[in-house]
Amino acid sequence: MLNNENKRSGENEIPPLGIGRLVLQATNINKYFYEPEKFQVLKNISFEANRGEFLALVGKSGCGKSTLLYILSTMDTTYDGLLMMNGERLTGRTQDQLAAFRNEHLGFVFQFHFLLPEFTVLQNVMLPALKLGKYSSKDIEERAYQKLKLVDMQDHALKQSAKLSGGQQQRVAIARALINDPTIIMGDEPTGNLDKKNSEIVFEIFKQIAHENNQTIIAVTHDPDFAKGSDRIIEMSDGQIISS
Amino acid sequence: MNLKISLQIAKTHLLTKKRQTLIAMLGVTFGIAMFIVMISVIKGVNKFLEDSALDSSPHIRIYKEITSNHPSIIEEANPSNFNIIYHQLPKNELINIKNGLQIAANIEKEPVILGVSPQISSQVFFNKGPVPFSGQISGVDVLKEDKLYDLKKRIKSGNLESLLSTPNGILMGKVLARNLNVKVGDKITVTTPTGNLKLVKIVGIFGFGIQTVDGVKCYANMSMVQEILQKDKSFVTDIHIKMKDSQAALTYAKVLKNQYGYKTQDWAEANSAFLAGDKIRNGMVIMVSITLLVVAGFGIYNIMNMNVINKMKDIAILKATGFAGNDIVSIFLIQSIIIGILGALLGIIIGFCLSYLLSSMPFDAGDFLDIKTFPILFEPKYYGLGMIFGITTTILAGYMPARKASKIDPVAILRG
Repeated sequence: MLNNENKRSGENEIPPLGIGRLVLQATNINKYFYEPEKFQVLKNISFEANRGEFLALVGKSGCGKSTLLYILSTMDTTYDGLLMMNGERLTGRTQDQLAAFRNEHLGFVFQFHFLLPEFTVLQNVMLPALKLGKYSSKDIEERAYQKLKLVDMQDHALKQSAKLSGGQQQRVAIARALINDPTIIMGDEPTGNLDKKNSEIVFEIFKQIAHENNQTIIAVTHDPDFAKGSDRIIEMSDGQIISS
Repeated sequence: MNLKISLQIAKTHLLTKKRQTLIAMLGVTFGIAMFIVMISVIKGVNKFLEDSALDSSPHIRIYKEITSNHPSIIEEANPSNFNIIYHQLPKNELINIKNGLQIAANIEKEPVILGVSPQISSQVFFNKGPVPFSGQISGVDVLKEDKLYDLKKRIKSGNLESLLSTPNGILMGKVLARNLNVKVGDKITVTTPTGNLKLVKIVGIFGFGIQTVDGVKCYANMSMVQEILQKDKSFVTDIHIKMKDSQAALTYAKVLKNQYGYKTQDWAEANSAFLAGDKIRNGMVIMVSITLLVVAGFGIYNIMNMNVINKMKDIAILKATGFAGNDIVSIFLIQSIIIGILGALLGIIIGFCLSYLLSSMPFDAGDFLDIKTFPILFEPKYYGLGMIFGITTTILAGYMPARKASKIDPVAILRG
C-alpha cells in the first residue's frame, strides 16, 4: 500500500521499493466446470507476478488461460485455492468488496474494446475514477487527458466512442484501464482484434506502462510476436502451467 | 455508492434513446391523466349529490313513528292465554309531537344548533280540473325554514315574504307547478286526506334541484295547514334541525331521541341511497385507477427489461471497472424514477386540462338534478395522489429489471 501511494504522488518517479516486489500470488488454484459434465479446467495452478513485470499467458484454445485470467481478475469467484494481490487476501471476499478492489487496483483491456458507446471518449476514461471518487471531477478530467495523451488519443477526447475505429477504441480502453493508476493491468487478447500496425502500437504502450510506470501487466494472447516481446511467458496446457 | 455518477449514466442512457424514453413516459402520463380526470369527475359528482341532498334535508328530523306493532289489549289483559289476533290495526293515535313548539324552542337554545323549524306536514291532493295530483304540504314558520334551507335563494318566481302577508298562500315546487301548469298568482284547490277542501293561492315557486323535492313539496303557513287539518295551534308533526357541524348530528340525534322519546332521523340515514352510490363510485375509481397504473407499470417493466438486455455489455464493463451491484441498481432505477416523475408531471398537467375542458362542457340532467355543466372537483390532494401513484408504480416496475441488471455475471459476457 505504501508503495501505491508513493507511485501516485509522482507519476514519473520510479518508486524505490518498486521492482521485484511481489504484487500477485496465486496458490493451488483449481477450477471445475459442471456443464455439461464435471470437468477440471485448472489443475493446481500456482504462480507469482512482480511489480513492473510484463507477463504473457499463452497456450492453445481451451487450455484454461482465459479462465485463469478471469479468476485473477476477481470477477470469477467460483474456484478453490488462494488469491493474494497487493498483499491482500481476495479469496472469500464479497462481490461488492471485490468490485471496490478492482476499481482501485486493477485495470482491464479486452479483445472487443468494450467502451460505453453512448459516452464520449473522455467520459469513458473518467468513469472508473469518478466511481473511485478520490479526486475532484476537474482533477479527474485533467488526469484523463494525461492518460489519453499517453495512448495518443487526446485529440479525440470529445468524440462519441462508438465513432472511433477498432484500434482507436482499444487505445481508449487502455487509457481507461490506467485512469486509477492500478497495480495490475489485465488484458484478454488485447491485440486479438487489431491489425498489425495497431497491434504494435498497443504492444508499445503496454511495454511503456510496465517499464516506465512500473505497473504489472498480465495478458492472455495468441499473438506470438506479442508474447515474444514480453518479459516472461507463461505457457499453459490442459489446465496446467507447463513453462514459465 | 456514488449517486452522482449513477445519475449521469442514467441521464445519458435516457437521452440517447429518446423515443423509447418518451414511449415509457407516455404510458405513465396516460394512466395518471385518466386517473385525475376520473377521480375529479366522480368526486365532483359525489360532492354535488351530497351537497344537494344535505342542503335539502334536515340534519336531524324529529317525528312520531306510527306503527301497528304494539301489544293488543287482549294480550295485555290475559298474558298467559293463547291469543290469536288477526289484522291488528294501528291505534288511533295522533301523529303530533306533544309540546312540539316548546321542544323546538328548547333545542334552539343549544349552542351547537344552527336553526330549528317545527312544522306540520301532511299528504294532500292538488285539484286542477278533474285530475288530482298528490303532493305534500308543510306548514312552517317560513322565516325559520329559510334559516335552515336558504329558501330565499331557491325561489324561482314570486317571493318568500308574500307568504307572510297571504294567509292562504303557498310556495310550490317547480316540477309540481309545471305538471299542474300553474304560475304565481294562480289559485288551486287543496284536498286533505280527511276530505277537507281549501282554495289556496300560489305566491312563489321554488326549486331545490332535486326531483324528489321539487315534484311534490309545497310550503304554507303553519296556521293554514293546522286549519285545513282541523288541528289546534300547537299541533306540529315534525321538527327539523340544522346543526353547525353536520357530522355532530349523527351523535346528537341519539341524544335528542333519549331526551324527548320521539323517533329521530339523521341526514345520513335519510340519504342512505345517495351515500351508498358514493361508495360504489369510489370503489369504481379505485379499481379502474389500479388497472390503468398496472398497465402503465407493465409498460415500464417491459421497456426497462429490454433496456437491460440491450445494455448487458455495458453492465459487464461497468462491473469490471469496479461498479458494485448497488451502483448498477441505482443506474437503472434512476432511469425508471425519471421516467415516472416526468410522466406523472405530464399526466397531471394533461389530467388538469381534460378536467377543465370537461367542467365547461354542457351537461343536461333534466329535472333530476339542477346542473348545467359536469360537476368537477379540482382538489390538489388528488393531483398529489396521482404523482405518488405514478412514481410508486415506476419504482416497483423498474426495480425488477434493475435488480436483474445487477445480477449479471460479467465473466459470461466479457468472455463472449
